[in-house]
Amino acid sequence: MNLAELHRRDRGRLLATLIRTLGDFDLAEDALQEAFAAAVAQWPAEGPPRNPSAWLLSTARHKAIDQVRRRALLERKAGEIAAGAAPDDEMDEPLDPLRLIFTCCHPALAPDARVALTLRTVCGLTTEEIARAFLVSAPTLAQRLVRAKAKIRDARIPYTVPQPADLPARLEAVLEVVYLVFNEGYSASFGAAVVRSELCGEAIWLGRALLELLPGEGEPRGLLALMLFHDARRATRTSEDGELVLLEDQDRSRWDRARIAEAAQLVEQALRARPPGRYAIQAAIAGLHAQAASAAATDWAQIAALYGILATVDPSPVVELNRAVAVAMADGLERGLALLETIQLPGYHLLPAARADLLRRLGRRAEAAESYRAALALVTNDAERRFLERRLREVAERRA
Amino acid sequence: MQYMLLICDDEKNLARMSDARRAELMKEYGQFIEDIVKSGEFRAGAQLQLTSSATTVRLKNGKRITTDGPFAETKEQIGGYFLVECKDLDAALAIAARVPSARAGGSIEVRPLVPTSVAARTPPAA
Repeated sequence: MNLAELHRRDRGRLLATLIRTLGDFDLAEDALQEAFAAAVAQWPAEGPPRNPSAWLLSTARHKAIDQVRRRALLERKAGEIAAGAAPDDEMDEPLDPLRLIFTCCHPALAPDARVALTLRTVCGLTTEEIARAFLVSAPTLAQRLVRAKAKIRDARIPYTVPQPADLPARLEAVLEVVYLVFNEGYSASFGAAVVRSELCGEAIWLGRALLELLPGEGEPRGLLALMLFHDARRATRTSEDGELVLLEDQDRSRWDRARIAEAAQLVEQALRARPPGRYAIQAAIAGLHAQAASAAATDWAQIAALYGILATVDPSPVVELNRAVAVAMADGLERGLALLETIQLPGYHLLPAARADLLRRLGRRAEAAESYRAALALVTNDAERRFLERRLREVAERRA
Repeated sequence: MQYMLLICDDEKNLARMSDARRAELMKEYGQFIEDIVKSGEFRAGAQLQLTSSATTVRLKNGKRITTDGPFAETKEQIGGYFLVECKDLDAALAIAARVPSARAGGSIEVRPLVPTSVAARTPPAA
């Protein structure tokens, strides 16, 4: 294996161990980078060491001691690192990557800081890459990371896997971060592009890592299935000129069948949990869409029933909105519309957009146009805006 | 590591409480304090008088300015505090969740103390 592959595969794991032994995020990052630089300089001439991971860890530890000495600020700390870590301690432990994820996604950190820190530390994205993905300036993002690391240090957020009693709630926070990264990639909330595929890729990578680390938990499996079902359709969600293509109009022959098959297997296992978790249920819904032979063949009755179950596990107006749309498709547009009227979701463009779509299908064009205008007043993604404008023109023109 | 747990609540809530409910809350506090004393985490703690008893002091050009009331008018006020010693933030948050006022609609702000050895070297940020 060459060094670049080693970097891609092991960087996160090595960093997780170094953060534990050094007790400092920044020091660990710098030291590991220096260790990789040393490897680039030495391995080609001297040949790679017998155990590359151990070599990198021990080199990084020495680089860290050097750096602390150079700063000559924390003599005590340099002594601690040099004397403290027993050889056993220095080896990477299987739990280190999990410790790192739980620390980066600690609920005491602000949600945007959790996302940034996870992408930077666990996924190894650069500050610039993360800033670009979230459309903030690099200094703003860097500041967010600095604040998060300072809080971890000053408030002493522990570097541990939570106790079994706390695990469900803490895991929930981790899954939320992963799904947030995926969603931002899949359906960017601002700006020109609908899909930012690199974020989808990172989220799926994180999902796989979590499943590997916590194979006994149901929800990581459900979340991975959900992301894979969505991702299988990613290429068909926009046309060549960047316009949004709705599920019913997507070219199903271009959906990624391997991903769908993998997700189908995962969701089947995830649904065995009693009661099934919210990600498993959402994955089952996404699976019904992804596995329908055509838009017309979609099992809307089953989807409406699944949203009903989801509403009991994880009640929210957004779930009610989706259930209303499924009911409209399964039991009749009027019934769905009646359900929609009972939902309160101020500021959310998809509520008037869904209402507009049902009214359009019912041929009530004046009311549809009014709802499209309400949705347009709230939408922030450019491609979604253009789609709504197109639909508004259609209902307005046919009227004339 | 020491953490300050600041107990924040709308002090009108306490005033509106029935005597029976208030007595019950005080009993819960008694039990809670006994528990954290026994576990060795308790360092200090007290209930504060209402903000109507507060006086704020500032110095302007060396001259003392004394005003009636708390330093800021807020919807919730600090009604008491606990100083606890525990190993990390997770442990402190677990204690905070057990403060009786947290169950009675209040919120608990958890603030780590600057270790005294560091405090001697670095002034607090302005």
